[in-house]
Amino acid sequence: MIYKMTRRAALAGVASIAMIAAGATSALAENWKPQKPVEMVIMAGQGGGADRLARLFQSIIQKEKLSSMPILPVNKGGGSGAEALRYLKDNAGDAHKIMATLNSYYTTPLRTDIGVDIEEFTPIARMALDTFVLWVNADSDIQTMDDWVAAVKASGGEWKMGGTGTGQEDSLVTAMLEKEFDIKVTYVPFKGGGDVAKNLVGGHIDSTVNNPSEQMGFWQAGKSRPIAAFTPERLEVFPDVPTARELGHDIVYWMQRSFVAPKDMPAEAVTYYTEMFQKLAETEEWQTYTKDKALIADFLTGDELQAYFIEERDKHAAILADMEGDGSS
Amino acid sequence: MDTLALLADGFATSLSPLNLMIVLLGVTAGLFIGAMPGLGSVNGVAIVLPLTFIVPPSSAIILLCAIYYGAMYGGAISSILLGIPGASTAVATTFDGRPLAQQGKAGLALIAAAVASFIGGTISVVLFTLFAVPLADLALAFGPAEEFALVLMAFTTFVGLGGDDKLKTIIMICLGLVLSTVGLDLISGQPRLIFGDLPGFYSGISFLVLAIGVYGIGEILYTIESSRTAPQVTPARITLRDLVDGIRTMNRMWRTMSLGSFLGFFVGMLPAAGATPAALMAYGIARSTSKTPASFGKGNLEGVAAPETANNAASTGSLLPMLTLGIPGSPTTALLLGGMVMWGLMPGPMLFIEQPEFVWGLISSLYTANFAAVAINIALIPLFVWALRMPFTVLCALVMVLCIVGGFAPSQKMHDVWLIAGFGVAGYLLRKADYPLAPLVLALVLGPLMEKSFRQTLIAEQGNIFAFVERPLSGTFIALAALFFVLPLVKYLRKGGARSIAPAE
Repeated sequence: MIYKMTRRAALAGVASIAMIAAGATSALAENWKPQKPVEMVIMAGQGGGADRLARLFQSIIQKEKLSSMPILPVNKGGGSGAEALRYLKDNAGDAHKIMATLNSYYTTPLRTDIGVDIEEFTPIARMALDTFVLWVNADSDIQTMDDWVAAVKASGGEWKMGGTGTGQEDSLVTAMLEKEFDIKVTYVPFKGGGDVAKNLVGGHIDSTVNNPSEQMGFWQAGKSRPIAAFTPERLEVFPDVPTARELGHDIVYWMQRSFVAPKDMPAEAVTYYTEMFQKLAETEEWQTYTKDKALIADFLTGDELQAYFIEERDKHAAILADMEGDGSS
Repeated sequence: MDTLALLADGFATSLSPLNLMIVLLGVTAGLFIGAMPGLGSVNGVAIVLPLTFIVPPSSAIILLCAIYYGAMYGGAISSILLGIPGASTAVATTFDGRPLAQQGKAGLALIAAAVASFIGGTISVVLFTLFAVPLADLALAFGPAEEFALVLMAFTTFVGLGGDDKLKTIIMICLGLVLSTVGLDLISGQPRLIFGDLPGFYSGISFLVLAIGVYGIGEILYTIESSRTAPQVTPARITLRDLVDGIRTMNRMWRTMSLGSFLGFFVGMLPAAGATPAALMAYGIARSTSKTPASFGKGNLEGVAAPETANNAASTGSLLPMLTLGIPGSPTTALLLGGMVMWGLMPGPMLFIEQPEFVWGLISSLYTANFAAVAINIALIPLFVWALRMPFTVLCALVMVLCIVGGFAPSQKMHDVWLIAGFGVAGYLLRKADYPLAPLVLALVLGPLMEKSFRQTLIAEQGNIFAFVERPLSGTFIALAALFFVLPLVKYLRKGGARSIAPAE
């Protein structure tokens, strides 16, 4: 028993949760393993940033044998992730379901009446914070933020800004831009970031606020151009792209990439998954990936993570209230 | 010339003993997975995906593509033998495949499907080899307006060229469109038509549930009633001579098959469209350009060949946007994309430049997969046909079990099983009232895409409905759609006119 306790203590990031587990079923906590394939629910459609990342996690878990059972990604992207949230709610107590989240984790329950309260879900781990960049087609004349604002103003409200579902991250960043520059754009929602990226390159929309990972392929092929980053500091991959803050416009927005589980997931299962993601965060593949794709790897678990979720939700409630206020006026 | 050299290098990869074995294995597995109603290439690829770490990435993708290909061939098998399309891409194959089986020509229909799939697959791989990179730009030219116009065209091919009662066809399309709106709305995120608050409806009604219900259960109920004990299916036999005859018959269908291949490849290449509208349009065009359009739907071999060439060609076509743009055109290609990310390959515009040995290994393996699939498929036809000789009482129970298991397996929700039962009864009643079922099923498949692209276009164009006509590509599709819709009407009126004049004389 003493031996077990020291081993737990060594797992710094997960100690608190392991203790809770120890309280209930100490023997089981050490031995719990998934009994069947684990479903990894993805809150977005196929091909977007969230989807690719979730599949990358799956691959690393499989490759490094971090889980004794296979992890099966399942896309439930309908209704800005409402489908996934509802699914998780309806599977309370299930020890074989985890969900990869984005910020629609906060915004969707705030915007739609789907009977989901995120405080009920079990937090597992926050893997990273994703960044946002303003993009235009490489054929466009726009080179700077000022050019962009001028072009939007000149269009008289017909500037087509593409993004994920209304009320999701992309539309929030767009709303912030509208407020900051006192401009008006036409927001066109698509099913996922991959769709958005393709439509920008195809010339069907005028600009986007894609995550770097979604535009990376097109950027490397010289088909799209980053204008400004919505991060506190310049991104390592785009050293020449200024941040909005540098340009005197304080717009900073992150997208969290985390994992949560259904309400009342057995504590020993929570420990298992938390440890699994802790190990994942330490793998070389993950560290290379975050660097290449301009992700900020910032690992967080347990109660701290839950507190973070709730704080972020309140922030988003304020942004949304602001947006809706604008819309009605 | 450059392309040929690269392809030759590719063959060096794909013809290695390991990769050849993998192709054979994958194609055989895919064939059976595709032949089972309820299981499709998505399931097959998903199950095998985690196992692919034991082989190098190029072999892994070859395995997945072989399964994908095999399943595409296999999809026709249950469409023909049981009248249940295993995937939405094989719905059009039931139109003539099922009547042929009922006439005891199941073997011939299966041969036609296999040969047609081979031709479609091969022509499209050649197109892929030659034009993959330049065609990626065409895929990019497809925005929401074009997507809408294309789906509209698929629907009108159906209404205009379908032989069934046109009013009934339209009614069924509308019903299918209503069913397709069940679930959460993409644009606003609000749930629609969820019958109070039934959580099962949040994810919408899946194609599989509806197809298994109306085709599987509905068909069994109908058959039980119409022929209490006598088998509906004439026992079929197949000999080597049938095979030779079959291939000889196919030789007369070059026009239909090449049309189907080109159409399938181009439609399949467009992200989001995929093989279902391709198969449908190929069937419609084959019928309208045929000298004996009335024989379609009653067991015309061309009615099997056209959709089968098109859906196989489309499955190759949909690899194109996946590889060149990183945009999957179908759920299966999305899984393949996931696999490539897993192996550290980044699909997208740079893949062809950075990973030529991988890309060309894959392309060349599509050639070998095609040969393997047609050979294995034809070799197994006697087995499939033999299955049909089972007494109906046994077959009926077996199909029922397959239907329920197949409907439950993908989502593992009892909700879906109840839906299948409900749709089964509805399908039986609709059949008795002589309503066509295919438009219902296809509207459910294409409805969400149609609605989404329609609304996206209107938002982007500030509510200007003429945007669909003003854009050259979508305008062309809309014009074709109008033509498909009006042409049969004119023909019909002319015929009707002639008849009404006749008695007056």
